[in-house]
Amino acid sequence: MLATRVIPCLDVLDGRVVKGVRFKGLRDAGDPVELARLYNDQGADEITFLDIGASYRDREILVEVVERVSGEVFIPLTVGGGIRSVDDMRRILNAGADKVSVCTAAIKNPSLISAGSEVFGSQCIVLSADLKRVGRGWHAYINGGRDDTGLDGLEWIEEAERLGAGEILLNSIDMDGTREGYDLELTRKVSESIGVPVIASGGAGTPQQLVNAVIDGRADAVLLASLLHSGEFTIPEIKAYLRAQGVSVR
Amino acid sequence: MIAIVDYGAGNLRSVQKAFEYLQVESQVVSSRAELRGADGLVLPGVGAFGTAAKRLRGSGLFDTVQEWLRSGDPFLGICLGMQLLFEGSSESPGVEGLGVFKGTCLPFKEGKVPQIGWNQIQIQEGSRLLEGVDDGSFFYFLHGYYVETGDTGMVTALTQYGVTYPSVVERGNVMAVQFHPEKSGELGLRLLQNWVESC
Repeated sequence: MLATRVIPCLDVLDGRVVKGVRFKGLRDAGDPVELARLYNDQGADEITFLDIGASYRDREILVEVVERVSGEVFIPLTVGGGIRSVDDMRRILNAGADKVSVCTAAIKNPSLISAGSEVFGSQCIVLSADLKRVGRGWHAYINGGRDDTGLDGLEWIEEAERLGAGEILLNSIDMDGTREGYDLELTRKVSESIGVPVIASGGAGTPQQLVNAVIDGRADAVLLASLLHSGEFTIPEIKAYLRAQGVSVR
Repeated sequence: MIAIVDYGAGNLRSVQKAFEYLQVESQVVSSRAELRGADGLVLPGVGAFGTAAKRLRGSGLFDTVQEWLRSGDPFLGICLGMQLLFEGSSESPGVEGLGVFKGTCLPFKEGKVPQIGWNQIQIQEGSRLLEGVDDGSFFYFLHGYYVETGDTGMVTALTQYGVTYPSVVERGNVMAVQFHPEKSGELGLRLLQNWVESC
C-alpha cells in the first residue's frame, strides 16, 4: 500500500536552517546538512528545502547544501524559493535535487510550469500554492504570502495541474504557524478537484491534526516544520501515531 | 566500472551519487565507444516512454543497449528504464521498446496519477536483487504507467496500486526495478550493492 509521506521542511537562510530549530544531541541544529541527515535517519520520506533568502548568494549556498546532502541522503529532495527560470531549475536538479517547487514566479509566468515539466518531466515540478481565505473562497498569494493576486486559489491550482505540475504543495496562510491544524476544508477541496498528489502544509501542532489532514483532508503527504524542529515530536513518534490511527506509513 | 546510459532523459546525478556512496566506480556514457570495459550497464529514465525511446534511437544507443542485453552482461533498468525493456506502451502507441521482455505498459486507472511515494513490494521466489530485503519493504515509486506481462516467470516482486503489477523483474543478468533504488534510502542502497556484486 502507498504510504502517506511525512516530509520535514527546512527553511534555509544564509546557509542555516531557521524557524526555531531546537534539537537535543545535535552539535549544531542550524546546519541543514546535519539536520537532513538526522531526519533521514529518523525515517523522513522526503526532505524539502526552502530558500527563504533567495538572493543570488543564498542560491549559491543552497546549491552547495543540496550537493552535500544528496551525496549521503538517498531519499527524494525538493528545493523551492526564488526559482524563476528553467536554468534555475537545472542548476538545482544537477546539484542532486529531485524536484523543484515554484510559487511566485509561476503565478507571474505560468509558462514556467509547462517549460519545466517539458524539460524535466512533470514529476520534477511542484506547485507551491499559498492560499488565504477571502470571502467565500481562497485567493492565491505571492511574495511569501504578503501579496494577494486576486486569483482564485482553486482555479489557479487546476490551471497549474493542466500546465504540468506533478504535485501541489498546499499552504494555508490562515493556519500557518497557528499550530491549530490544517485548513481541512481547503485541503479536501483541492485534493478532490485534481488528479496529482497534494502535500498539506501550514498549521500542524499535534499528530492528530496530521491524521485529520490525511483522513478528512485527503492529503497524500504532510509537510512539517515547527512540529519537528521544536523537538517536541520525532518522526518515529509521529509515524507510530499515524499508524495507530489507521494511516499507512513507511 | 558501471556505465550509466545518458540519452538525455532526466537526472542521472542521483544514480551516480548512490554508486559514489557505495564506492563503486561509475561513468555516465553517451556513446558505444565509452561502454568498452564496463562491467554493468544501468539504464535510468524518467518521463514519457515515446520520448525516451526516440532519444535512445536518436543518440544511436538503442542498438547498443539491445546488443548489451543480448550478450547477457549485467544490466539494471530503473523506472522508465524497466518499462523500455518491454515491447511498447499505451503512452506512446506505435513506438517500440527494446522488446527483450514480452509485455506492454498501461496507465494507472485508480488513485492519484502519477503514483508518487513509498509503496511496498511482495517478493516472489528466486530474486538475487532482493537478497537481504524483507517482504513488504517500502521503496520509492514515481510513475504513471505500469508493466503488464503474461511472462510472470521473471517477475521477482509485485506491487499494488489499484492493480497488482511487476515492480522487479530478473532474468539471468537482465534486471530491472520500477521504483528508484537511488532514492529508497538504506534498502535502495542494499539493492544497488546486490546488483553490483552480481556484475
